[in-house]
Amino acid sequence: MNNRYTVRTLLREILLIAVTAAMAFPLYVLVNLSLRDPRDGGSVIAPTTSPTLRNYADAWREAGLAGAVVNSVIVTAVSVALIVVVSAMAAYPLARVTARWSRWLFLLFMLGLLLPFQLALLPLYQTIRDLHLLGSLWSLVLFYSGLQVPFATFLYTGFLRALPRGYEEAALIDGAGPMQAFWRVVFPLLRPITGTVVILNAIFIWNDFLTPFLYLSGGDQQTIPVAIFGFLGQYVSQWNLVFAGLVLAMLPILAVYFAMQRHIIKGFAGGLKG
Amino acid sequence: MSGPHAEEVTARVKAHRHRRVPVWFAFPALALYVFVVLVPSAQGATFAFTDWDGLNPAKHFVGLANFRELWSDPAARGALRQTLIIAVAVTVVQNALGLALALGVNSLVRSRFVLRVLLFAPAVMTPVVTAALWKYMLAPEGAVNGLLGSVGLGSWRQNWLGEPDLALGSVIGVIVWQFAGYSMVIFLAGLQGIPADVQEAAAVDGAGAWQRFRRIVLPLLAPAMTINLMLSVIGGLKLFDQVWVMTAGGPGDSTETLSTLMYKNAFQFNEYGYSVALAIVLAVFVAVLSSGQYALLRRQERAAR
Repeated sequence: MNNRYTVRTLLREILLIAVTAAMAFPLYVLVNLSLRDPRDGGSVIAPTTSPTLRNYADAWREAGLAGAVVNSVIVTAVSVALIVVVSAMAAYPLARVTARWSRWLFLLFMLGLLLPFQLALLPLYQTIRDLHLLGSLWSLVLFYSGLQVPFATFLYTGFLRALPRGYEEAALIDGAGPMQAFWRVVFPLLRPITGTVVILNAIFIWNDFLTPFLYLSGGDQQTIPVAIFGFLGQYVSQWNLVFAGLVLAMLPILAVYFAMQRHIIKGFAGGLKG
Repeated sequence: MSGPHAEEVTARVKAHRHRRVPVWFAFPALALYVFVVLVPSAQGATFAFTDWDGLNPAKHFVGLANFRELWSDPAARGALRQTLIIAVAVTVVQNALGLALALGVNSLVRSRFVLRVLLFAPAVMTPVVTAALWKYMLAPEGAVNGLLGSVGLGSWRQNWLGEPDLALGSVIGVIVWQFAGYSMVIFLAGLQGIPADVQEAAAVDGAGAWQRFRRIVLPLLAPAMTINLMLSVIGGLKLFDQVWVMTAGGPGDSTETLSTLMYKNAFQFNEYGYSVALAIVLAVFVAVLSSGQYALLRRQERAAR
């Protein structure tokens, strides 16, 4: 291909910037209106002349976002940690043992990729209710861990199969136990795929709405999407207030995204290649 | 390795191999998976043959009555229709736009790194939040109509989510807006795997830009295409959050999907057995469409090689 910046490249650049600007327009409106006094009746498109942070203070208080942020962080962190630990461990025998049961077990896990989670969601709701776990964050941790184990195990097994056995065998010969060999030698080698597993699961769990909407209903615990949904219903026509709440709700994930965008974009593409 | 020592080590390793890879390592994951996915899914399958309301202990075996009802229920047929329209439209538009954007930001434009980050950003945002934002954008006095008015297209103003004829299209537009960057990133990973000299060779041979794209780039993008099409079809079929926040299935039932109808039957109409029957239909659609699509795309991938 030619490597010079030509007039065509310039035209392409202008077009792309225009498309990106159009796609970012809703975000501009969001921030613009969140900074505006509700009595300011100006055009929604024009920049706000005298910005205020009052909406943010009000939204933070009214939407109960402080508690929701803590809950979302707990649920996401604990679930992702659990998924990483149990899936990486499960993948070890699945990738290394060639016996027939190992292949069947792998296929059993893969069945989980086909079943849509709505099917398990409703009957599990009954079980969780009978266990008196409705309204508890643990119900979410349990659900996400079980739900995401097949996909994570799939990614780990594929990665492990391509990984030479030399290192772990050296460790075993040196007298390390299987636990030590796995955690000290194999697990660190899985780092690239662990990154992908963490990113994909963290985004999914952080953003999920239906599960906490069901399993936390009736309790006083909320995650961010549930808190925002309730807040939206309550202040439906007070858009300036609602928008400040929306900005607050998306700040944590956007901050993490912009800080780690290189890894995240790679993790997405890389993990989905597998 | 060679010599008696090495052989001895290899033999020892082989003897230890199976014993040293503990089978029980798979058990914690298996236990979670069985408890959370397999057992409830099997239970769900049996509830679909009962008239259970989800609350009373009483439930009766009703055979295929729920599925027959589903077939004749206009709400269910409508939901099925809307779900398929969303899945197909989102898949086509999102991937066409995603591919165009990927080709754009894979070129020499100076702003490519910034554009990639910005275009992908909506894909990591919480769907409830983006849906709430769009609910306002598309309201009668919202920003979209405001923008149309201020550029002299006031006659195009619409009640985007309030008109039964427009609401479904508006929902599809919002999904495409959020996930086009997602498709773009996957296509971009595919594009960056195409060696530049392959394209150069074709250019030297006199192939035009369109021919190079059609005959070289597109076939080599087949794996990325497979992943993208699979993800958007499955995502489209299961769509819930955005619909629930923007329209809750309305106006009328013009944007009802299998997921929203399932939720309403389980938790608002107390038709639990019927709701699980809907979940099974959704499961079958996802399984059949995605595995059929997968087989087809894999065949194309192999043909491209």
